[in-house]
Amino acid sequence: MLELKNVSFNAESDGENVGIIRDISLSVDDNRFIVITGPNGGGKSTLAKLIAGIQKLSSGSIIFDGVDITDKNITERARLGIGFAFQQPVRFKGMTVLDLLRIASGKTLSISEACEYLSEVGLCAKDYINREINASLSGGELKRIEIATVIARDVKLALFDEPEAGIDLWSFNNLIRIFEKMRSDRRGRTIIVISHQERILNIADEIVVISDGRILKQGSKDEILPEITGTESAVNMCSKIQ
Amino acid sequence: MVQMDAVQKRLFEEVAGLHDIPEGAYNLRANGQSISRNTTANIDIRSKEDVSGIDIHVKAGTKNESIHIPVVLSQSGIKEDVYNDFFIGEDCDVLIVAGCGIDNCGSQDSEHDGIHRFYIGKNSRVRYVEKHYGSGDGSGKRILNPVTEVHMDEGSVMEMEMVQIKGVDSTNRTTIAELKADAKLVVQERLMTHGQQQAYSIYKVDLIGDGSAADVVSRSVARDDSYQKLDLCVIGSAACSGHTECDSIIMDNGRILAVPSLEANNIDAALVHEAAIGKIAGEQLVKLMTLGLTEAEAEEQIINGFLK
Ligand SMILES: Nc1ncnc2c1ncn2[C@@H]1O[C@H](COP(=O)(O)OP(=O)(O)OP(=O)(O)O)[C@@H](O)[C@H]1O
Ligand SMILES: [Mg+2]
Repeated sequence: MLELKNVSFNAESDGENVGIIRDISLSVDDNRFIVITGPNGGGKSTLAKLIAGIQKLSSGSIIFDGVDITDKNITERARLGIGFAFQQPVRFKGMTVLDLLRIASGKTLSISEACEYLSEVGLCAKDYINREINASLSGGELKRIEIATVIARDVKLALFDEPEAGIDLWSFNNLIRIFEKMRSDRRGRTIIVISHQERILNIADEIVVISDGRILKQGSKDEILPEITGTESAVNMCSKIQ
Repeated sequence: MVQMDAVQKRLFEEVAGLHDIPEGAYNLRANGQSISRNTTANIDIRSKEDVSGIDIHVKAGTKNESIHIPVVLSQSGIKEDVYNDFFIGEDCDVLIVAGCGIDNCGSQDSEHDGIHRFYIGKNSRVRYVEKHYGSGDGSGKRILNPVTEVHMDEGSVMEMEMVQIKGVDSTNRTTIAELKADAKLVVQERLMTHGQQQAYSIYKVDLIGDGSAADVVSRSVARDDSYQKLDLCVIGSAACSGHTECDSIIMDNGRILAVPSLEANNIDAALVHEAAIGKIAGEQLVKLMTLGLTEAEAEEQIINGFLK
């Protein structure tokens, strides 16, 4: 179980100390599929980074599986079973897709195992396995490889930051299948997806709407979805989806 | 059969990937002497009379053969200059594996200065792999100052892979090439320095024939208190194309001076240079840490990939 208690994050912006995340409390039970949504700049990515340890909390605490991880670093949290797929994946000159998947899996992954992860994200494995993760990869390819690095790990909590962004129609059919498979592969695995995509919101057990650093709404899909699709914020969301 | 001790065997393995006596032509040199040699019907190796070193003659038309000429120094305090000349006939396709490994456990400096000259015949292809490696914990320095001179005849192709990843205290590498019409040179250098090491790497590539092309790429990492100077120069004196690139990572107190330079003496010379120096991107470290690596492990992986 993941528990955020009064989590805040402040940052300097134009010499002013602004609240990016303001006193968020949230608890997520095991084996849940949570979708976080809300307007651009609302603080979704920041919240995910706070959970993964990439940003340090200004105040509050985070409890994961009964352990207070507030002061644990990125590596320690990763080893406790937290995985994170970045909104904007990083490139590595010289490192190949196979190298990265091997690091992700934490074992001497065979080529055929690595290929399976790539196939799951819809990449033709033999074309990609030895590709360098450099500027020659397209944004969508990079994004899929990023997702594969999280699939390759045996995580208890998987965070995906806008996994559908930049990838073609494949996402609608396969991304959802990936999430469902991840959940059924491991009992008790929790998935938190940040998304603006209605199809993804549709399969959520629970939707959390974050705006201006606060939880604006939270509840089951049936409660939240009609609300946000019937308000102005839905207009924003739709224009983003296009 | 050759007598080698364990240190020598390890050094041969590091620099030439040799677990055993190689196939094809070879000359193995240890502590200042040739210890084993093999020639083939097409490849002749002879000791020089006047100075230390060998002449290697490859007959025209020789294809898919290899020549291994690794050198190891395992005694402290040896200093040697070795002259190796390669005469490659026309229409050949050969692999040459050179390299030098120094193990210095003593207090005296060990130094190997290899001067390699290549005369590559028309339309021949040569792949040249050179690895330098140092080990041993003595206070004596491990010094390598290779000079490589390449003369490329029309339509010839040379691919050079120059690698120095570990343990060489001081190095001054000079590579000079001259390319006639339609000749093509591709250089990939990989350099890593650590501790107090100093490395100077100088390339001067002269494109004198129409249609000649050169691509000289150096990737390097300077860690601890080490220093590198990379001086990559391409001169275009014909209708040619040239590209040089220095791409470096600095860590700790490492310092790098990158001086890519171009000289165009012909209106149809198309020359490009690029240089970038920077520390490891924080985002790269963060990504690998979210996969469970420590910061130090993440650095190691990023550097391994970069220098691969
Ligand atoms: N370290 C920081 N310093 C200053 N401002 C920051 C910092 N980190 C985030 N912000 C700001 O906080 C706000 C929230 O950013 P965040 O990336 O979390 O938004 P988001 O909800 O993920 O938006 P999007 O939907 O566009 O991805 C933005 O206005 C951003 O500019
Ligand atoms: Mg975001």
